[in-house]
Amino acid sequence: MIIHHPILGPRDAQEFVYLGDAALMNRPDGMTAGIEEFHDWLYNRDNPAGEHQELWYHEQGDRSWLVVTRNTVTHEITKVELARDVARSKGRSK
Amino acid sequence: MRYSGFRVIAEALTGHKGWKPVWRDPAPQPEYDYIIIGGGGHGLATAYYLAKEFGQARIAVLEKGYLGGGNVGRNTTIIRSNYLLDGNEPFYEFSLKLWEGLEQDFNYNAMVSQRGIINLIHTDAQRDAFTRRGNAMRLHGADAELLSREQVRQMYPWLNFDNARFPIKGALMQRRGGTVRHDAVAWGYARGADLRGVDLIQNCEVTGMRIENGRIKGVETTRGFIGAKKVGVAVAGSSSKVMAYAGMRLPIESHVLQAFVSEGLKPLIDGVMTFGAGHFYVSQSDKGGLVFGGDIDGYNSYAQRGNLPVIEDVAEGGMALMPAIGRVRLLRTWGGIMDMSMDGSPFIDKTPVEGLYFNGGWCYGGFKATPASGWCFAHLMARDEPHKTATAYRLDRFLKGRMIDEKGQGAQPNLH
Ligand SMILES: Cc1cc2nc3c(=O)[nH]c(=O)nc-3n(C[C@H](O)[C@H](O)[C@H](O)COP(=O)(O)OP(=O)(O)OC[C@H]3O[C@@H](n4cnc5c(N)ncnc54)[C@H](O)[C@@H]3O)c2cc1C
Repeated sequence: MIIHHPILGPRDAQEFVYLGDAALMNRPDGMTAGIEEFHDWLYNRDNPAGEHQELWYHEQGDRSWLVVTRNTVTHEITKVELARDVARSKGRSK
Repeated sequence: MRYSGFRVIAEALTGHKGWKPVWRDPAPQPEYDYIIIGGGGHGLATAYYLAKEFGQARIAVLEKGYLGGGNVGRNTTIIRSNYLLDGNEPFYEFSLKLWEGLEQDFNYNAMVSQRGIINLIHTDAQRDAFTRRGNAMRLHGADAELLSREQVRQMYPWLNFDNARFPIKGALMQRRGGTVRHDAVAWGYARGADLRGVDLIQNCEVTGMRIENGRIKGVETTRGFIGAKKVGVAVAGSSSKVMAYAGMRLPIESHVLQAFVSEGLKPLIDGVMTFGAGHFYVSQSDKGGLVFGGDIDGYNSYAQRGNLPVIEDVAEGGMALMPAIGRVRLLRTWGGIMDMSMDGSPFIDKTPVEGLYFNGGWCYGGFKATPASGWCFAHLMARDEPHKTATAYRLDRFLKGRMIDEKGQGAQPNLH
C-alpha cells in the first residue's frame, strides 16, 4: 500500500506504524466522562467492512500522525490528511 | 455410514460405488430451537456437541458460503495448550484433551498428529518467561519441558544456532502439541452433526436479526426469515458485522493473517517450531510442503489477502532461522480474516439480547480451540451458564478490569 503523505508525497506503508480507528482521537473529557464512556472509547470499535478512517504514524519519516481513509475490503486509499488538520477542523487547538 | 478399515477394503474391491454424500443438503425449516451462525470449525463443533453431549434437537447451522471455507480451512493447523494465564490454560488443555479423543468420538480421520511443538529461546529473560509458562502449564495438568541448546541441536542440527541477534539457547517443548488436518475437522464435525439431525444450510447468509422486547426471535437470511429460540454467533472475522445486526459494538478489530506453503521436500521437520522473536513459525505437511507463517499484516482488513511487506518479513525470519531453505520455492500464499480482540483472548458469552450468544475474538489461535470452543458454547447455550473452563471469556471483562492479556500489550489488537 502506498500512502500519499500530504507533505512528503507517496510513501510505502511499511514506513508507518498503524494505531487503529481515527475515532481514538476523540478521547472523552477526563473530568466529565464516566467509566462506561471511557471503556467504549478505549475498547469498542465499529470495525467496518468498507471505508475506514484510521491513524497511521510516520515513524520512519517525519513522525507526523496521519488520518488515512482506506477501504478495508479492497485496501484502496482514497484520502490522506494530517491528523493535526483533522483535529483543528473539529475545533481542537492541536 | 460408519467408516472402518473393512469398509475401505470392501469399497476398493467393488469400484468405490457405495460411497454416498457425507451430509444432506436440507432446505431451511421455518423455525429451530437453535440456530448457529457460521459453518466454520467453531459453529460446526457447537452444533455437534449440542446434539451429542447436551441432548438438544431442532438445530441448524447457517453458512453464507460453503462449510469450512473460512478460517478453519485457511489456518496452519497447529494445536497446543501452552498458555500462561489462569483464564486461558484450563480451557486450552480441555481442548487438547478433546483433540486426543476426537477421531474416535466422531468416527472420522482428522489426522491428529501429536508431533510436539517447540518455542525457541534466545535470551536469559526469555528462558525465565518460558520456565514460568511451562510451570503454569504443568500446574494445570498440561505437559511442558524445558530443552537445552544441545537438546534442540539433536532434533534440528541444521538450524542457525549462532545467529548474531537471536542465537538459540534452548526451547520450551510441549510434546502433546502438534498438527491436525484442518479441513477434516470441519468435515468430521459436519458429518457428526448431520448424522444427529442437525440441518447444515449452506449459501445462506445472515443479513439481519429479529429482536422483539429484548428477545431474539430469529434471523433474516438470503434464504428468507428463519425463526429461532436461541441464536449463537460463531463467525470469526465477521463478528463485528454480524453483531451489529443486534446493535452491538465489540472489542474486536478484523485483521488479515497470511500463511505460506512451499513445494514438497523430503522430511526435514518432524514437529512444529516457533521463532517468536523472528516472527516465524513452521511445520511440515505430510505431503512434504513447509507450512509457515508469521505476524498479522497489522491493519484492519476484510480482504482475505495480505500485502508483500509481511511476506518479506516472514521470509527473512525463515532464512535467519533455517538458512537451508534459501532455494526452496514458495507454492502458495493466502490470507484469512482474524477477529482480533483487545487483549488477545476470546469471548464465549451471553449478550444483552435474551437468547443471543456470542463466540469470537479468537485472533490467530482459534483452530486449536475448536473442540473446547464448540463444547463450551454448546454448554452455555443449552444450560445458560458457562462451562467451568470458560468462565473468564466475558464480553464485559474490560469494563470490569479482568482482561486476559497473555502478552501484556493492552488494547492494541495488532500487537497481540
Ligand atoms: C493463515 C492463518 C493461520 C492460522 N493458524 C492457526 C494455527 O496454526 N493454530 C490455531 O489454533 N489457529 C490458527 N488460526 C486461527 C483459526 O483458523 C481461527 O481462529 C478459527 O478457525 C476461527 O474459528 P472458525 O473455524 O469457526 O472460523 P471460520 O472457519 O472463519 O468460520 C466462520 C464462518 O462464518 C461464516 N459467516 C460469516 N458471516 C456470516 C453470515 N453473515 N452468515 C452466515 N455465515 C457467515 C463464514 O463464511 C465462515 O465460514 C489461523 C488463521 C489463519 C487465517
